Amino acid sequence: MTNETPLWEVFIRPRNGLAHRHCGSLHAADAEMALQAARDVYTRRGEGTSIWVVPSAEITASDPKDKDELFEPTADKIYRHPTFYDIPDEVGHM
Amino acid sequence: MKEELFELLIRLGDDHLVLGHRVSEWCGHAPMLEEDLALPNIALDLIGQARSLYTYAGEVEGRGRDEDQIAYVRLERDYHNLLLTERPNGDFAHTIVRQLFFSVFMQAWWREAVKSTDETLAAIAAKAVKEAAYHVRHAAEWTIRLGDGTEESAHRMEEAVSALWPYTGEMFETDAVTEALAEAGIAPDPSSLKAEWDKVIADVFAEALLSAPDEAWQQSGGRKGRHGEEMGYLLADLQYIQRAYPDMTW
Repeated sequence: MTNETPLWEVFIRPRNGLAHRHCGSLHAADAEMALQAARDVYTRRGEGTSIWVVPSAEITASDPKDKDELFEPTADKIYRHPTFYDIPDEVGHM
Repeated sequence: MKEELFELLIRLGDDHLVLGHRVSEWCGHAPMLEEDLALPNIALDLIGQARSLYTYAGEVEGRGRDEDQIAYVRLERDYHNLLLTERPNGDFAHTIVRQLFFSVFMQAWWREAVKSTDETLAAIAAKAVKEAAYHVRHAAEWTIRLGDGTEESAHRMEEAVSALWPYTGEMFETDAVTEALAEAGIAPDPSSLKAEWDKVIADVFAEALLSAPDEAWQQSGGRKGRHGEEMGYLLADLQYIQRAYPDMTW
């Protein structure tokens, strides 16, 4: 079955104005079937207003072995966090 | 007109309840996880439509019956569903072809019923037409992929089409009930939907490399309560709880 139905990654946009978020994966024969299956598997409770499906094989992922060089250098740069400013209440949620 | 409207609501409600029950039988048995969710989704749409139709039928009848009493405690002869809807699931091909035939018909039916002079029926149609559109899409995409798929899938689809084709003519039958309702602008004349149904099915079949059988002998009787032997088993499953524990609720 998996040869004929490759893996797809599913991204759902919960509301207008928000970004699509990865919510899972599924098997489907092609893009149209993946879109339908995503609707049936991942939007049963009104979760979405838009769906993207992407062939999992098309995703380029970082190598977990590289995590030290990729992510460690940010650990001591606390000045990048917006914790040194007072944010006015009117700005709302950031 | 009250009697005709009640009869129409029972026919349509029975179509949706019986097919909804059939499709729900796939729950936990579908060929892949994705379809194990897709098919019950469709079943729930169909059963939801049946509920609206039965509830309204009970109001039209005015004898205090609610949706459960209409759905669960009638005798087999009192169910007036299309024979197509009670056909057993068979393999996945049979289920998909049955759904395609019925949903293409209902999409055309609901689209007309949105304009009904009966406001309640028009409101039920406005909701159902969107659900039917998705059922058509789901069944049509599968039909195309299975018909134009492997040798085995194509063969199974051909078998399903030839087995179910004799049950399609009943959808377009007219009688005193459909004629009176069409004249009053309450419900579409089913025979007027045949040309559109033929065209949609022909387009899907062309892509699926399937061919429709020549017009041949057609089954009939569902609208008068004459069912195939499978119907009794279906009702036994469907009615068991209400028969064993009358008026029980969850």
